[in-house]
Amino acid sequence: MKYLCLIYEDEKLWHSMPKGEAEKVYGEYFTFTDGIRKSGHYIGGNPLQPTNTATTVRVRNGKVSTTDGPFAETKEQLGGYYLVEAKDLNDAINVAARIPGARIGSIEVRPIMEIPQQ
Amino acid sequence: MSEAVPESARELVDRVYRSDSRRVLATLIRLLGDFDLAEEALHDAFAAAVERWPQDGVPANPRAWLVSTGRFKAIDGMRRRARFDASLGELAQRLDAERSDTGESEPDGVADDRLRLIFTCCHPALSPDAQIALTLREVCGLTTEEIAHAFLTPAPTLAQRIVRAKAKIRDARIPYQVPTQAALPERLDQVLRVIYLVFNEGYAASSGTAVTRHDLSGGAIRLGRLLVELLPEPEAIGLLALMLLHESRRAARTSPAGELVLLADQDRSLWDRAQIEEGRTLVERALSSRRVGPYTLQAAIAAVHAEAPSAGATDWEQIVGLYDVLARVDPTPVVELNRAVAVAMRDGPAAGLTIIDALLAHGDLDDYHLAHSARADLCRRLGRPADARVSYQRALGLTRQEPERRFLERRLRELTPDLPSGVM
Repeated sequence: MKYLCLIYEDEKLWHSMPKGEAEKVYGEYFTFTDGIRKSGHYIGGNPLQPTNTATTVRVRNGKVSTTDGPFAETKEQLGGYYLVEAKDLNDAINVAARIPGARIGSIEVRPIMEIPQQ
Repeated sequence: MSEAVPESARELVDRVYRSDSRRVLATLIRLLGDFDLAEEALHDAFAAAVERWPQDGVPANPRAWLVSTGRFKAIDGMRRRARFDASLGELAQRLDAERSDTGESEPDGVADDRLRLIFTCCHPALSPDAQIALTLREVCGLTTEEIAHAFLTPAPTLAQRIVRAKAKIRDARIPYQVPTQAALPERLDQVLRVIYLVFNEGYAASSGTAVTRHDLSGGAIRLGRLLVELLPEPEAIGLLALMLLHESRRAARTSPAGELVLLADQDRSLWDRAQIEEGRTLVERALSSRRVGPYTLQAAIAAVHAEAPSAGATDWEQIVGLYDVLARVDPTPVVELNRAVAVAMRDGPAAGLTIIDALLAHGDLDDYHLAHSARADLCRRLGRPADARVSYQRALGLTRQEPERRFLERRLRELTPDLPSGVM
């Protein structure tokens, strides 16, 4: 079963983090990603640019409206994600708990809805 | 004679339902991989037993018969419905091909199924409300109406909660398993918390009829016993001891008029000696493990109270000592508050008041009615009625429990005699 692990953290933390420390966290992410590739959990994953680069698009009554920024102001922002293959929720929770961001922010684990192939 | 036979078989089915339906269900959930399917299969299996046992005789192993009949009925049902839904046919085929492990040959497997059921119902990915509802429904076998009644929740709301929880188990694929050794401590804590919440709802809550409340505490104790039987971890033993020791005081906790009676004022001859004896034995067993947790320590404190012939003759030295350890294991303001009350009993009200005032100044307990009523009580004993009155009023404004409210109002009245020159 596929699960999406969404990494939420306060993106301001990254700006205020000393360079050495940020590099250490990057290193941890590199090691983690390498680990879940070897264990067969990894399907995909990416960090995201900060929310000030975000654009929100809506269509209402056939009209496209484009606005600046994320949909809602929140304390933590979506900063990246991993798509993993896991046996069940407990397996996915084990993977999510090892994402370095889990110690700073939080990880939302969501099962991927399987659309039956016709 | 020929008429009496079917009747006794029917009685036997009822008895087996009461004693074994949860075990059969737990195994069917594992075999069929779905709560709803398993419940339907359980129902079909007992319906078949009512029909067949009077004619064919009672099988040698009724539980194994029920499991294999339920499993067969479920697969058969899927095959019939497969005419409309091809995926069901595949599922039926797969389930049929899997070894029909009914647990007949390995009693341990069946025990595991009940543990699997408990851990799945108390999975932290489910909301706390859903964990309680699901545990009472699936593990204890209470009906949705009974649970709704006990928690003063409308039955449709509760039914919806259970439906959503089962949907989450299925859609997020919460596994039907006992956690791995690494995850066990955290997950066991979760299970113990659910059991203790159910117990406290039955023990401390004031609303609802006394009978249903008692049922909840009784249900929690049965769950505690089951857990100790299946997984005798020290804290599971400690929690069972704690519940039994609290439960032993039930008859003494309220006056015939339904008023709350404090521990110090209780008629100790009303305490249930058998429950105290069992609780004490369990405390000793948990303590001897040398892995002592908060439930065991609270049970040990309750056991010291249980041994005392009166409040005055209580070994307060030992109680304070146990609170000292508890405050290290579980450093919460509520534990500190209870410790302060014990210190007041050992060293006098002034010593306790100093600690409580420091705790209140810190702010954590400002909204906790028991902190203010404890302070009020110490002020009263120190002959400071004005301070006592302020704290009783603060407690009164915070409590939501009716007997508590009546108790506090009574204390306030005692502080404010009608006649200024009132006699003692």
